[in-house]
Parts: sequence; C-alpha cells; structure tokens
Amino acid sequence: MESLTNRKKVVSDKPMTFMEELYLPAIFHGMKVTFKHMLQKRKTIKYPEETRVFAPVYRGMHVLKRDEKGRENCTACGLCAVACPAEAITMIAGERKKGEENLYREEKYAEMYEINMLRCIFCGLCEEACPKEAIFLTDRLVPTEFERDEFIYGKDKLVESIDFPIDITKRQHTGNRTEK
Amino acid sequence: MDTGLLIEKSVLVLIIFLISLGIAAYQTYFERKLAAWIQDRVGPDRAGPFGILQPIADGVKMFLKEDFIPKDADKWLFIIGPGIAMFTSLITSAIIPWGTDLELFGRTITLQVADFDIGILYLFAVLSISVYGIMIGGWASNNKYSLYGAIRASSQMISYELAMGVSAITIILLSGSLSLTDIVNKQHGMNWNIFYQPVCFIVFFICSLAETNRAPFDLPECENELIGGYHTEYSSMKLGLYLFSEYTAMFISAAIISILFLGGYNFPGMDNFSGNTLAILSLVVFFSKIFLFIFIFMWIRWTIPRFRFDQLMHLGWKVLIPVALVNLLITAIVISINEGWFNELM
Repeated sequence: MESLTNRKKVVSDKPMTFMEELYLPAIFHGMKVTFKHMLQKRKTIKYPEETRVFAPVYRGMHVLKRDEKGRENCTACGLCAVACPAEAITMIAGERKKGEENLYREEKYAEMYEINMLRCIFCGLCEEACPKEAIFLTDRLVPTEFERDEFIYGKDKLVESIDFPIDITKRQHTGNRTEK
Repeated sequence: MDTGLLIEKSVLVLIIFLISLGIAAYQTYFERKLAAWIQDRVGPDRAGPFGILQPIADGVKMFLKEDFIPKDADKWLFIIGPGIAMFTSLITSAIIPWGTDLELFGRTITLQVADFDIGILYLFAVLSISVYGIMIGGWASNNKYSLYGAIRASSQMISYELAMGVSAITIILLSGSLSLTDIVNKQHGMNWNIFYQPVCFIVFFICSLAETNRAPFDLPECENELIGGYHTEYSSMKLGLYLFSEYTAMFISAAIISILFLGGYNFPGMDNFSGNTLAILSLVVFFSKIFLFIFIFMWIRWTIPRFRFDQLMHLGWKVLIPVALVNLLITAIVISINEGWFNELM
C-alpha cells in the first residue's frame, strides 16, 4: 500500500549491532536534535506586551448596534433567538412610548435582551438572521467571571454606548458577503 | 600560627562559599532557561531584564513558605537531613585548586583552601557521606515515596561509586599522585587526561551524573513516579536546601571533572604568561571549563529520558564497572611496560 507520509519506517526487533548497543551514538544524535532546538527562534507570544492578531473573521462577544442617530436597531423580532442553535438568546419585546423616539428606531424594541455567554457557541447565526443589522459579533473577548450568572449578559453589556461605538467594519468587509 | 595565612584562608573560604552559592543559584535560572530553549519556549523572563532576578524571587518565595514538619516524622533527623546534604556538597570545594598562585599584598596566595596530599580520598569520602543527607531526609519523612527515593539514592550511590572510584584510580596511576594539585600540574599545557583516557572520562562522567542525581539518573527524586522522591515531605527552605545542594554538587562535580580530565586551570600556551596575569587567566579558563560541563549536564538532562531502575543497575554493575576495570588493567600494563618493570622478564 502506498504510504501516506514519507516518515514510514519498517519496525523490526532484530538484535542490536555493537554500535547500537553502545547507545552513545544515539545519545549524541539526541543531543544534536536538542541543540538545534536551542538555537531556534521562539514562537512564544509574550501576552501582556504582545497580543495575537485576530483573524478578520473572528467571532467574539456580541454587540447590539445603534443607528447613526444613536437609536437602538433591535426591534425584538426574535429571529436571532430562533436561529440560535445553542438557545442562548432570550428577549422580551416592548412597545415604544411617546417621547422615546430618540431611543428606539422602530415602534417595537427589546425591553430585555439576554445572551448566556456560557451557552453561546459564537457561531454567528444570530448575526446572519438579524434583518435589522442590530446584532453583530466583534473581535472582543468575553471576560472571565467568578459566578455562572454573571455570564448572562443583559442590555447593559450588549448595547454599544453612544459615545464609544464598536467598530464592526473589519469583520463585515471580509469574504464574499454581499452588502445589503 | 601565621595570622596572615589564617586571614588569607578565611577570605578564600568565604569567597569560595559565596561563589558556590551564587553559581548554584544562577544554575537554577540557567537550567530553566536552557530547558525552555530546548523545548522551544522562552523561560523565566519576568523578574528583571531577561529574568535574571529569578533566583532571588525563588529564594524569597522559599523563605516565605510554611515550614512544615509531618506529624509522624522523626523531627530531629528531618531537620538535619537538608543540612547534611548542603554541608557535604559545600565542603568538597576545599580541595579544589582554582588557579595558579596569586601575588597579592606581598604574599603568594595559593588558590586552594587545603592542599591535601590525599585529595582524591577526601573527595570520595565526602561523596560517600553526601548520600546520608538524602537517606536521612527520606527516612525521617516517614513517607513511602520518600523512603523509596532514599533507598534508590543509596543503592545508586553505592553502584556508581565503584566505577567512579576505579576510573579515578586510573587517573591516579597516570599522575602518580593522590593530590589534586599534582594531578592538575601533570596536565600542564595541553596534556589533558581526556586525550589519554577517553574511556575513563566517559565512565567518570556518567558516574558523576549518577552521583549528583541528575537526569537520566534522577531516580531518587523522579517527579512522576515518586512525587519528588526523598524531598516529598519537605517544604520551605529545607526543600530549598535540598535543591540547592544538588546544584552545588553539580558545580563541584563539574569542577572535579575538569580537574581530573580537562587539566583544571591548564590551557595551551600558558607558559607565555606569569604572575597575576597567569593566575587570573587560569581562573577564567577553569571557570569556563566548569561552565562547559554544567552546560553539558543540563543539556543531557533535557535530552535523555530517565532510566528504569533495573537498567540503572545493569549499566552500573554490568557495563561501567567492567569497562572501568579493563581500562584500569590496560593502563596499568602500559604504564608498567613504559616504566620498564617487565624488562627482566622479557
């Protein structure tokens, strides 16, 4: 049969020759190998000083976007929750009152919107399902917590702040996605 | 007694003590660095530039740990165990000739604490005692792993001391003296014993690895089988002393190998220098030889896996001792023929 790699070796248990029984040549060979490794370039990334570059398609913590006037895009249609294979998303829809037009873009909005980050598998299907360009995955990481319930992120953590919008263009402009 | 001599020797002892400790401390750092490099890692680099303050950080950590003595341990022996280990690995340095004579303040200072005419015997005596630290510590811990470690250490020491002794006798035959100074002076210039006795060198080197409990002979303290072996129950600076004594022993072993086989402080072209220049050069040469051997010790540790215990015994009794004996016999015959002792018979 044709071998899959070029490292195929025929194993045999024939008695060792004198040179093999000395073991010293094998030891010197091993030491040569380790010496070569000593001179190699280190591949370590020294974390706090250097950070690994994320791939542009990296799917990290979610963000609920606002539009250019600072209104929340989400209309609580629930398509993201339906699309979610891990059932990590829950929401309660609410009706926009008079005087809240500067807060919510459409008449319906999410009163409560929660993602359980422990359930989430960061597949990005919520982002694909969203018809309102409200939810996106970013290159941010979900920080560690001590309690399990601290991983259930509400709107306080998910909605971007008006003053510091989250940039999502890098991920959106990769691949052959068609612009909507 | 000459006061000057007393001061001179005291200062020398102090300096050697500090150097041994300092080198032992930095060996831990270098060992970790080298291990990292061999394994394509970076190694400790947080404490100070390139991590050079790591030994200090380790030492402080050791001191701040809880000093725990197990309930069923033999308290007295438990405490003196690490002391004996450290003591024996330090006192070997007394007979090492570090360099040629130094002229200072109108005095000729011999860079050797004590020039015994039976230096090698002293060396082997101390080496034999050095296992007591491990044995007592392991036994006093009242822990099966520690006891296994201690038993292994003593049987290993007994097995390898024989081959080591026989190869040392070969060198004694060659030099005609038991004094380390004479042995070094016999190897003046480039007449190093390693060129005359390569087999003996290999045997002695392997035995030194075994005597210092270094990998691949680190069976007394193998981390994965015996959870640290004889020092399983030790904590705080007692553990620190055990680890430290191992590194000191390694430093001293490297020094002894360089004395016996690499000509100690001798280097080619040393006749062109004299006085203090020669003394300092010889010191530098000697220490670079020591560091070379320390490097090789560590390099071997991170290359070769540990022996199984029966393999260790096989190597010691069935390979090294016969090889050393045959080598001794051949050396003796060659020397006696050269000396003309058989002339009347032939």
